[in-house]
Amino acid sequence: MAHGIRDKVAILGMGCSRFGERWDAGPDDLMVEAFKEALADAGLERDRIEAAWLGVFYQEQSTSKSGLPLSMALRLPNVPVTRVENLCATGTEALRGAAYAVAAGACDVALAMGVEKLKDTGFAGLPERTKGTFEDLWQPGFTPPGAFAQLGAAYAAKHGLPMDELKRAMAHVSWKSHENAALNPKAHLRNRITVEQALNAPMVAYPLGTYDCCGVSDGAACAIVTTPEIARSLGKRDLVTIKALQLAPSNGVEMGHASWDGAHTPTTRIAAAKAYAEAGVQDPRAELSLIEVHDCFSITELVLMEDLGLSEPGRAAFDVRDGRYDRDGAIPCQVDGGLKCFGHPVGASGLRMVYEVYTQLLGRAGARQLSSPTLGLTHNLGGIPNRNVASISILGLHAA
Amino acid sequence: MSGRGLSTWGAYLPRARLERTAIAQALGWMSQGRSRTRGTRSYCNWDEDALTMAVEAARDCFGARARRVDAVTLASTTLPFADRSNAGLVAGALTLDDRCRTADAAGSLRAGTSALRAALEGEGLALVVASDARAAKPASPQEQAYGHGACALLVGPADAAEYLGGESRTADFVDHYREAGVDFDYALEERWIRDEGYAKLVPPVVKAALARAGVEPAGVAQFVFPAAHSHGRKLAQTLGMPESAAAEPLADGCGDTGTAHPLLMLAQALERARPGDVLVVVGFGQGVDALVFRAAPGIESARPARGVSGALAAGRADGAYVRYLSHSGLLALDFGMRAERDSRTAQSVAWRKRLDVTGFVGGRCTACGTVQFPRSRACVNPDCRAFDTQEAHGLAEVRGRVKTFTEDWLAYSPSPPHVYGNVELDGGGNVFIEFTDVGAGELGVGTPVRFAWRMKDVDRVRGFRRYFWKATLART
Repeated sequence: MAHGIRDKVAILGMGCSRFGERWDAGPDDLMVEAFKEALADAGLERDRIEAAWLGVFYQEQSTSKSGLPLSMALRLPNVPVTRVENLCATGTEALRGAAYAVAAGACDVALAMGVEKLKDTGFAGLPERTKGTFEDLWQPGFTPPGAFAQLGAAYAAKHGLPMDELKRAMAHVSWKSHENAALNPKAHLRNRITVEQALNAPMVAYPLGTYDCCGVSDGAACAIVTTPEIARSLGKRDLVTIKALQLAPSNGVEMGHASWDGAHTPTTRIAAAKAYAEAGVQDPRAELSLIEVHDCFSITELVLMEDLGLSEPGRAAFDVRDGRYDRDGAIPCQVDGGLKCFGHPVGASGLRMVYEVYTQLLGRAGARQLSSPTLGLTHNLGGIPNRNVASISILGLHAA
Repeated sequence: MSGRGLSTWGAYLPRARLERTAIAQALGWMSQGRSRTRGTRSYCNWDEDALTMAVEAARDCFGARARRVDAVTLASTTLPFADRSNAGLVAGALTLDDRCRTADAAGSLRAGTSALRAALEGEGLALVVASDARAAKPASPQEQAYGHGACALLVGPADAAEYLGGESRTADFVDHYREAGVDFDYALEERWIRDEGYAKLVPPVVKAALARAGVEPAGVAQFVFPAAHSHGRKLAQTLGMPESAAAEPLADGCGDTGTAHPLLMLAQALERARPGDVLVVVGFGQGVDALVFRAAPGIESARPARGVSGALAAGRADGAYVRYLSHSGLLALDFGMRAERDSRTAQSVAWRKRLDVTGFVGGRCTACGTVQFPRSRACVNPDCRAFDTQEAHGLAEVRGRVKTFTEDWLAYSPSPPHVYGNVELDGGGNVFIEFTDVGAGELGVGTPVRFAWRMKDVDRVRGFRRYFWKATLART
């Protein structure tokens, strides 16, 4: 592998809108809300931005296509804006564009913006869309919970885990995220729940009940990135740099090859191995201070603990219930509430995760601040287990 | 075995069976005492129609035989397409050779027996399938009497039964009718049909057929007449046949399956026949067909895997009358906004991918042997990935096991929960696919499945339905 971008890109400023059912706001409002915070954080004039990347997934129903929605909402000075989309990894993909531009020396300051306005569909859950003219002829008409629920039965069968045991671990995952989000003023779902409530919730898609599913939220998050040198020259002392940024899309194995067991996400393993190598992480279990993973559904988070190499195969359910990923556990996971409770505006989620790691590393997380974190990981799983895009970023404090 | 006749047969009845007591309970307030309360009637799942049932019957009929036929005729009064070859679609799902002649036969409940007679008196190997899914107005006598089903007969060497001869008469006797574009039959008084129709029109034709076959009425072992058993018994008596010859009309098991019914009853008769037995089948509908057969010495070995007995046994009876109404399109339930999804078919894609989609033909990599669906330019095996190495590999008759699944209560399905998942194919390969005819709690990881050709989506805006294969429990 090439050298990668470790420590070549620093985060100058970040912003994140309040997530939730933002009946009061359209995509422009959400982007401006996030951008104003980032701009103030960066201490920069808007016109210093030389290029921007806009991540939005359901562009048909919110922003419309192209890079124009960002350029126009922020009244950017006619700089290039590239609109990107890679399913639920869209936000991280936007960051990748901006970070690579800076790392390549093509520009000094770049903006990555992720936004999603979901709550204008008129119904709960995510909108449905065509999967492609041929795919529509044969692929099941699935929903995200149904597609991810597949992991549940397969994981239980593979590891000989009774479903009620697995359900209890999944309930712990959701309980933990609700606990964390209660401390986060920007989170969508800030109520506390009990494990029993999660277990007794109505079934959405077996074995996932209501509390196993993340919020469908509106929101935006953004990052202004530059080189560490420029950041220093602008007076930044505590600096968060990107240690790794990796992406691994499926190539069809999960959809059509018998080697996949249906109980894990191979792309996450591939992206994780590359990201750890790029970041120089030898022992993720010991080195990571916090993680923000793609907990679109409780079972996803649980399975990911193994795919990221943080739990031994077959042990995630036990580690989860032992509190290993609680905010006071060995590797706090979703200290901001995660997709589950911070919410999941698809195009913004990757950047929201980065925002939390950035906020924690700089010690600005207020009531939910962890003690002296130094290295954080974010992970998205776009699509569905059968065909997906895994993206991982690793962020850390940069030695002065 | 010399002679022309029936080589084998196949049957299909939808898994769903409605208990007639449920109809009586729902409608007792308006039809006290008039309801038949015995037995069950079969009805199509939301994704079944005359075509999907025809394909299932034909698959049962072919069994492991090579599907080498010269002609396919599909008889039905409920063909889903008025202008698009329905038989052609069935032939496609069966992946028959495209040189095979295809024809739809319709217009009367006699269409099945007429098509059968034409095939028997023609040449070559012919598949005759009759399939019907007649709608019935709620609370009508037809609602209790009708059932949905299909029967397929392979005409050629008389492995199952030799054809001894047949006779037909045409008569515009309107016992019931359905104007084009109208949903329901309009049926006339049963006593008039019995006295002026059955009693006067049928006997002369049966007599002529028997004479042509050189068989005495007393020598008839089974007499198939697709109407209430009392009518069959009365006719048998009139004709000088043993009264016991009148075949049981499947009223308790599935009900009257329209064009399929004389053939289904014949298939049941074949399943009960001993070598040498003479069987007479009558088709009635604006005239009469009468066909005479003699069971072949090897009839036992000509039996299909499922047959009528298997199809009857595969039913799942319940009293879900509202579900029956909904699946039959007789009650508009609110399925929510997700049901508004547009299911427009890109016909150019459907044509380009017709083997994949209609025939469930995947690919097998000639470099590494990996079976895959859909067939693609590059092999899916991560250790191979070779370009342009895949040969056509049929998957419809391959079985598999459930690898992952869910019961999705959020997704739109006319029959919630929407069940789908990954199936690992016997012999390798993985397909992400919908399941059908499975209820909540019926699947587990490792459950054996087979595939069935079903409606995938209905495009109500453009009046189109598209079909694909679904996994279902492997029973037979």
